[in-house]
Amino acid sequence: MTDATSDLPSGKPVTTAHASLLTESPKMKKRNAAEARFKMYGIFAITLGLAFLIFLTFSILRNGIPAFTQTVVNVEFTLTQEQFDEAESKMLKTAAYTEIFVNNITEQFQERGLDVEFDGGTVERLLGKVGGDLRSFYRDNPSQIGQPVDFQLSAASRVERYLQGKLTRDMVVDGRFLEAADLDVVDAMVAAGIIGTAWDWNFITGTDTGVDNPGGAGIGASVIGSFFMMVVVLLLSLPIGVAASIYLEEFAPKNRFTDLIEVNISNLAAVPSIVFGILGLAVFIQFAHLPQSAPLVGGLVLTLMTLPTIVISTRASLKSVPPSIRDAALGVGASKMQSVFHHVLPLAMPGILTGTIIGLAQALGETAPLLLIGMVGYVAREYPDGIASGLLDPNSAMPAQIYTWAARSDEAFFEKAWGGIIILLIFLLTMNIIAIILRRRFERRW
Amino acid sequence: MSNTLILLIILGLGVIGFIMGRARAMAVADGDRRNLHSLPVYYAANVGLNAIVPACIVLFIWLIAQPFFINNSVSGMIDQDRIAEGSSLSLVMSDVRRVAEGLDVAVAEGAMSAEMASDIRTEFSNVRERLAEVGVALGSGVTSETLQAAQSYRAMALTGNWLKTIIVLLVSVAGLAVSWRMITRDYRARNIVEKGIMLVLIGAASIAILTTVGIILSLIFNTYEFFKLYSAWDFFFGTNWAPSFSGRGGSSELGILPLLWGTLYISVIALLVAVPIGLFAAIYLSEYASKSVRSIAKPMLEVLAGIPTIVYGLFALLTVGPLLVEVFGDGGALGVTWMSGGTAVMTAGLVMGMMLIPFVSSLSDDIINAVPQAMRDGSLGLGATHSETVRQVIIPAALPGIVGAILLAASRAIGETMIVVLGAGAAARLSLNPFDAMTTVTAKIVSQLTGDSDFSSPVALVAFALGISLFVVTLGLNIFALYIVRKYREQYE
Repeated sequence: MTDATSDLPSGKPVTTAHASLLTESPKMKKRNAAEARFKMYGIFAITLGLAFLIFLTFSILRNGIPAFTQTVVNVEFTLTQEQFDEAESKMLKTAAYTEIFVNNITEQFQERGLDVEFDGGTVERLLGKVGGDLRSFYRDNPSQIGQPVDFQLSAASRVERYLQGKLTRDMVVDGRFLEAADLDVVDAMVAAGIIGTAWDWNFITGTDTGVDNPGGAGIGASVIGSFFMMVVVLLLSLPIGVAASIYLEEFAPKNRFTDLIEVNISNLAAVPSIVFGILGLAVFIQFAHLPQSAPLVGGLVLTLMTLPTIVISTRASLKSVPPSIRDAALGVGASKMQSVFHHVLPLAMPGILTGTIIGLAQALGETAPLLLIGMVGYVAREYPDGIASGLLDPNSAMPAQIYTWAARSDEAFFEKAWGGIIILLIFLLTMNIIAIILRRRFERRW
Repeated sequence: MSNTLILLIILGLGVIGFIMGRARAMAVADGDRRNLHSLPVYYAANVGLNAIVPACIVLFIWLIAQPFFINNSVSGMIDQDRIAEGSSLSLVMSDVRRVAEGLDVAVAEGAMSAEMASDIRTEFSNVRERLAEVGVALGSGVTSETLQAAQSYRAMALTGNWLKTIIVLLVSVAGLAVSWRMITRDYRARNIVEKGIMLVLIGAASIAILTTVGIILSLIFNTYEFFKLYSAWDFFFGTNWAPSFSGRGGSSELGILPLLWGTLYISVIALLVAVPIGLFAAIYLSEYASKSVRSIAKPMLEVLAGIPTIVYGLFALLTVGPLLVEVFGDGGALGVTWMSGGTAVMTAGLVMGMMLIPFVSSLSDDIINAVPQAMRDGSLGLGATHSETVRQVIIPAALPGIVGAILLAASRAIGETMIVVLGAGAAARLSLNPFDAMTTVTAKIVSQLTGDSDFSSPVALVAFALGISLFVVTLGLNIFALYIVRKYREQYE
């Protein structure tokens, strides 16, 4: 035992025999400093990790929240009966309405002492097809003619980005969408106080648009696509996963077949998701000729991905049901199958549901396999009409839609992508909170 | 009859069987269920399942077998010598199928009568125009041979469908009748039903095997096709990645080495970020942190693992990339011009490292906690400080597990797709500058397979060869990591 001292970290025999226990020897000082440093490293690492999380959250919120609002121009507008009759008698009716609108706005500017000149083209670039909107409004509501009506016209996305400072005058080169002179009108509108922001429902309920209309793009259709995929995943992965876990946990004999299944499940849990995409492409689309971009195919691929997660959590919750429950059931004459289905499974249900919700949340955010089954090239312009169409017609899904927007060259779509992420994260957060509540509420400790 | 309708009828028969079975069981028991071997519900379920399950199996097999059978016999009708130059049997067959579908649509919409569809001849009318009227677009004019093949295709499909309906329903009724007849007082209905349920359970468990087999087969078949068109040597040892879509990809150079280099470089940077942070976080949380700090910080860190990778991808592309350019780019804070664009190895690596922190920290945390308390007590009792105990006792004891955790994180990094697709760039190159854009195996799988790819050119098929390389590497890493972790666990349990 004596030579144990030479194994001390110092490597030398202790020489501070005369020092007091209460005073720190230089060596002890060094060791204590090392101790404090080491602890600091740990605190630093955790702070860094949390700082990353905060930075990520901050940048999502800062970039994404503007997607939920749109810039609108509020105009009080009165159309007299004569103006209506005159415009309706013209060849180019909507152009006539646009002209009336331009004159009206110019008057409003002049009342406030603002002097800018603009024409119908400017209005179309800034606010879209105002003339057509006005005409259809007054044709549908003839009683409003002659009375002042408040119009809220949504501004083009480029106007919005100009107001946010993301677009400057010298960046405006493309005359098709916006001319530098148009920005004078925008400035005048700001000075007149008729431009403002409003909540944009279209972003939540709308569908995707082509590449030339970032302002009108919405995430609604892809939420429905994701919903149909999740229904497929839930309906397939929950029964299959639970059945597989019951077999493996309760019935499987210890043999090579069982081992093979176990090894397969633990490996599938770690296979990169893109490989599942390749599988889906080769088996479901190339071999089985299922339609491309269909939520059904996406659901099938995600089911295969989610199964290992569900099996692992289901087995854990089956394992946590104490054997005494099984023994008691068997003791009163139940068969093994009855004891499992009547007693063990109901007791394990909260744990199974928690695992399933977490698996679904994972599947909801998964993007890579969806890229391969064609959900990215597709522009989801329409809502599906009915269940069969929801499953089989091409659609997008939330993460695929976000990727599509992020990959477009027009920077106005990036804001939509960030906004889409907020919606996706809200769904994930809700699912996880439900899972936590389920666990807290129903979990039994034996 | 449509398959849905057949399925509904079968299910209906199942319900009828259930009711009939229960009634008969109660009848043979003279109304007292104590006279029966099993509970009445088992007799009922037995009849119901016998009506449904065999019929569904027959239906399923029929659905898979019929197209094969018809394809074979129809393609036998097509004269091999008369297939046009540049075409192939499979192209002609897809034409045949399209014409057959077009005729079906035409009949369904009332534009043609059923007799007309089976008698129509190219000599007398323009089939292409008539099909275009009902919205079926055909690429080229329909030859008489194609039309005849399509008509016999239709005829065979029609007969096949009738046969299928009749046979499936017969099987269902037979199953119902036989099992209904077999009900007696001593019939062991429960054992039979339980055996059936057992088979279902085993089948569900086997899906894991089927998935793996499906992955391996689909990768191997397509990779084999690829290597018929492109030499394996050039693929594995080529240093240039330049897919060319002209001439059906004939002049492409598809070497995997630049992609592997990009994958490796990004993964290494990610691990350089994730391993120190994750490890120190794990040590602090398991050894130093108070209970309340631990209960807040640990779930917060794990949130990083629950965020979908598309979010990290967008974060890399739109936030981290531009930020790095402001520091390392032209006119940046450091006054160097290392970085020319936002997408770079560094961008993807940093963000991926963030994502991997919780993988390393959670696993290491579990492993450090599994080190027996006696070892800590022994070390502290000898006068070592806490940090000395951690460095010289706990870490060495937990090392195999920590290595396993790092390997699992590495396999994650190699297989990660969205961050590199958005953050790393698209140019394949062998460069040492971490601020250059590079690309990875996963990013190239995505770019080769998205869009309208046909599966006959090497440019699309190369994705499967990349996929199998990725699969083998990650699988190897996982098996090795799990082996290490498991071996280590056995030491203390």
